[in-house]
Amino acid sequence: MPPRMLPEPTPETRHFWDGCREGELRLQRCTSCQDSYFPPRPFCPHCGSRDVEVYKASGEGVLWSYVINQRPRPDMGTEPYAIAVVKLAEGPTMMTNIVDCPQTPEALQLDMPVKVSFSKQSDDISLPLFAPVKG
Amino acid sequence: MSWKQKSVAVVGAAETTRMGKIPDVSVIGLHADAALNAMADAGLKPSDIDGVATAGISPVELAHYLGIKPTYADGTSVGGCSFMLHVRHAAAAINAGLATTILITHGESGRSRVGAGGFGRSPSSLMGQFEMPYGPVGPPTMFTVPVLRYLKTHGLKPEDMAPVATIQREWAALNPRASFKDPITVDDVMNADMIAWPFTKLMCCLVTDGGGALILTSAERAKDFPQKPVYVLGTGESVETPMVSQMYDFNHSTAFRISGKKAFETAGISHADVDHLMIYDAFAHLPLYGLEDLGFVKPGEAAAFIKERNTAPPSGGKPGGKLPLNTNGGGLSYMHSGMYGMYALQESVRQMRGTAAAQVPGAKISVSHGVGGMFAASGTIVFSNEAP
Repeated sequence: MPPRMLPEPTPETRHFWDGCREGELRLQRCTSCQDSYFPPRPFCPHCGSRDVEVYKASGEGVLWSYVINQRPRPDMGTEPYAIAVVKLAEGPTMMTNIVDCPQTPEALQLDMPVKVSFSKQSDDISLPLFAPVKG
Repeated sequence: MSWKQKSVAVVGAAETTRMGKIPDVSVIGLHADAALNAMADAGLKPSDIDGVATAGISPVELAHYLGIKPTYADGTSVGGCSFMLHVRHAAAAINAGLATTILITHGESGRSRVGAGGFGRSPSSLMGQFEMPYGPVGPPTMFTVPVLRYLKTHGLKPEDMAPVATIQREWAALNPRASFKDPITVDDVMNADMIAWPFTKLMCCLVTDGGGALILTSAERAKDFPQKPVYVLGTGESVETPMVSQMYDFNHSTAFRISGKKAFETAGISHADVDHLMIYDAFAHLPLYGLEDLGFVKPGEAAAFIKERNTAPPSGGKPGGKLPLNTNGGGLSYMHSGMYGMYALQESVRQMRGTAAAQVPGAKISVSHGVGGMFAASGTIVFSNEAP
């Protein structure tokens, strides 16, 4: 299997990927209007303010939508997998994969609670994946 | 209105000579074939063209390849609806005196990949960082991502999307140039190969080779051309997000709503005035979003509207629906080279000229609505065969 396609952080996104490597899901929010947003950028997309801060998010959310890809990309293995979007407790949506869960419509129920789980891919990059919250 | 859209018309329109599998023609060759066909349709030579617009290749490549020395060039490239935006910009440009006769071309070797680039994203782009690591493989696994949320919001099931495919196949059966013409049932759609659950192969567009071209000029000059002029009544455009996961709302397209509203407003028409509709259908959910976001039906009502045959051709003695939709068979059954918007525009022009294979009798107003990227962009054109 070829190595997984990985992100190349830019100066504007470095804090996010550093956080993932250190086991924290880091979001940004505007200190003027308090809105949380994603993906990272050095200003608030709602009000345009440059007064924004990075903070540690809860890592909690719900499964918002997905498809189950039946034709796996070579770097993703050979079994069908869900390309999912979670809606974070703080508001933003984020594409991800759902782990520790069968990749079936029966197991992948919309609105089920999920929690972040970091998957180390290289010395620099860990991907934020999400697992169902048990019980 | 700050400028008069009504003073512009399509005077040349054509697709490539062949469609489907064209392994002996490169991308730029498809652009040129369509352009030459459109010029022949309009009775023009390259030296008569003073404006060019295209996407996929650069307008520089297009102009030089055809020997055109333009005073206007538009390289807007926002995906498959780029050509709707080109029409809109051309209308403004003609009114502003930037050019008199503007050629818009599309050509794509979607299937044969002759002289075509790849589908690549830089790993440092936003999509490269925040979507590609999770395994998407092109549009079938990205364009489709919001749909489960949409279905749940409205209490719908995947099979509620199937009539989009079956009814468009009925239209395709009336079109000799359509790629697929054999009838299909809802069961056929649901039992077809699964591509990305809940989307089966018959809910996904074709991948073919082809192209098309349009020529626009002022309505005043349009009367002197050999073809019946097709007037541009109103136009709209918008862009939303480069990442489908960042749509403002998975239940509707913000770009569709902005573009459609602007087009209807500038045309000064209501929904009841529309005789014929094209909604870019790369996948079966797009006509649902389109019908709702353009305002033809309320949110959540489009699937039932299609199932109840409101968009269908006449069949078995029953009259056709009140809103004929995707009458060429659409991207699902007619053709889809990658940037389908040009073919939606071509079918609208044919319907307004009265030359479509599945002609809507007496149609006077046609709306052509496009999407670009994966819900990234939108463009809407309102055409009429009556001078405004």
